[in-house]
Amino acid sequence: MITKRIIPCLDVRDGRVVKGVNFEGLQDVNDPVALAKYYSDHGADELVFYDITASHEGRKLFTDILRDTASTIFIPLTVGGGINTVEDFERVLKCGADKVSVNSGAIRNPDLIPQAAAKYGSQCVVLSVDAKRVDGSFHVFRNGGRIDTGLDALEWIEQGVRNGAGEVVLNSIDTDGVKQGFDLEMLEAVNRIVRVPVIASGGAGCAQDFVRLFQTIPEISAGLAASIFHFGEVQISDLKRELKKEGISVRI
Amino acid sequence: MIAVVDYGVGNLFSLKSSLSAIRADAVITRDPAVIQNSDHVILPGVGAFGDAADKLRETGMFDLMKETAASGKPMLGICVGMQLLFEKSMEFGEHEGLGLMKGTVDAIAPCLSRNLDIPHMGWNALHFVHPSPLFQGIREGEFVYFVHSYAAFGCEDSVTAVSEYDLELTAAVQKDNVFGTQFHPEKSGEAGLRILKNFCAL
Repeated sequence: MITKRIIPCLDVRDGRVVKGVNFEGLQDVNDPVALAKYYSDHGADELVFYDITASHEGRKLFTDILRDTASTIFIPLTVGGGINTVEDFERVLKCGADKVSVNSGAIRNPDLIPQAAAKYGSQCVVLSVDAKRVDGSFHVFRNGGRIDTGLDALEWIEQGVRNGAGEVVLNSIDTDGVKQGFDLEMLEAVNRIVRVPVIASGGAGCAQDFVRLFQTIPEISAGLAASIFHFGEVQISDLKRELKKEGISVRI
Repeated sequence: MIAVVDYGVGNLFSLKSSLSAIRADAVITRDPAVIQNSDHVILPGVGAFGDAADKLRETGMFDLMKETAASGKPMLGICVGMQLLFEKSMEFGEHEGLGLMKGTVDAIAPCLSRNLDIPHMGWNALHFVHPSPLFQGIREGEFVYFVHSYAAFGCEDSVTAVSEYDLELTAAVQKDNVFGTQFHPEKSGEAGLRILKNFCAL
């Protein structure tokens, strides 16, 4: 049976991982390549690199570390951040990304998803959505969750998938950083309308939050988190053992 | 030397990196002479079958792949590269494949009894149905990485491993010197590297 995927997300600025991590045995905790290898060796099923660089030089550093990472570890790599054009897809794909995640870029340029899907295939296009409750519905926010686009998140996701997105990352701004668990209500609503894999993001605080996620909505394909992995609050290998114990299929 | 056939389909970065990680002497090429002189041939592929088959023809690789198979040299198709080994595919209309193995590539979705995600994406367990040198040192139930919405059907005489996704999906095939994996060994961690190594050692 297909396993539930556990995916750590690394924010990278100017070629370094932001928010230093705290692992024994890792000499340079801000080195993306070393950290990626650590996660891969400890059971991560995929990795997401999120480029939060603003400068051109920083972008170059990002593609360099992407190339180094993709030459070192052999699990799927998704890259997001600053993806606005098909040329941006090309730039990261040729440095070893397997999938490219679009967020604000797809809002600014509605042709981005269909163009990228036609050129590289749906399996390569991930629609990442930051959503938040506004007046009883879910709105799409852009620019790292700062600006309300007014778009209805469910309609936006449905349209993105119809246009060729092969996977959806749903990040709930309401639960993000609160560490009280994933936004099951929002995830359930999205799960009802799409048939491509949905990755839950935002709110994981402990292993039990992943158990609850996969038990409550068995269709959810993966759980993504950043700080709880980086700060060592949850070790991926322990998390997977816990999931397995609860009867959830994982790769161990 | 291992020739990775470059016919303009997909991203060969990971495949190239994993072959160098196992210290295989590999070149990415569409030069017929290089492919003819190689010891092993890998046919990669992502995207739609029809598009890949067209590009295989446009680059002159279609007949060369048939010749390669007939030469007895080890040949490995990966993902759509595996699907191309079959007679035909029904993805967006009917398309002719290399016909090296009996079987048809068809959509997974209509065969599912439950509302499972399409594509079949992620790590799934390999179950061996026939021994293959590709799986030497690989344990039954080992996890490998898949991304596909179409699969090979009617290939009972060549299937070597399956994965369960409501139904048994063709995960790997072999007919004499021709091998195929629906999954991506270059994305399947240590197990994937071992499978590539086994192929290169043939």
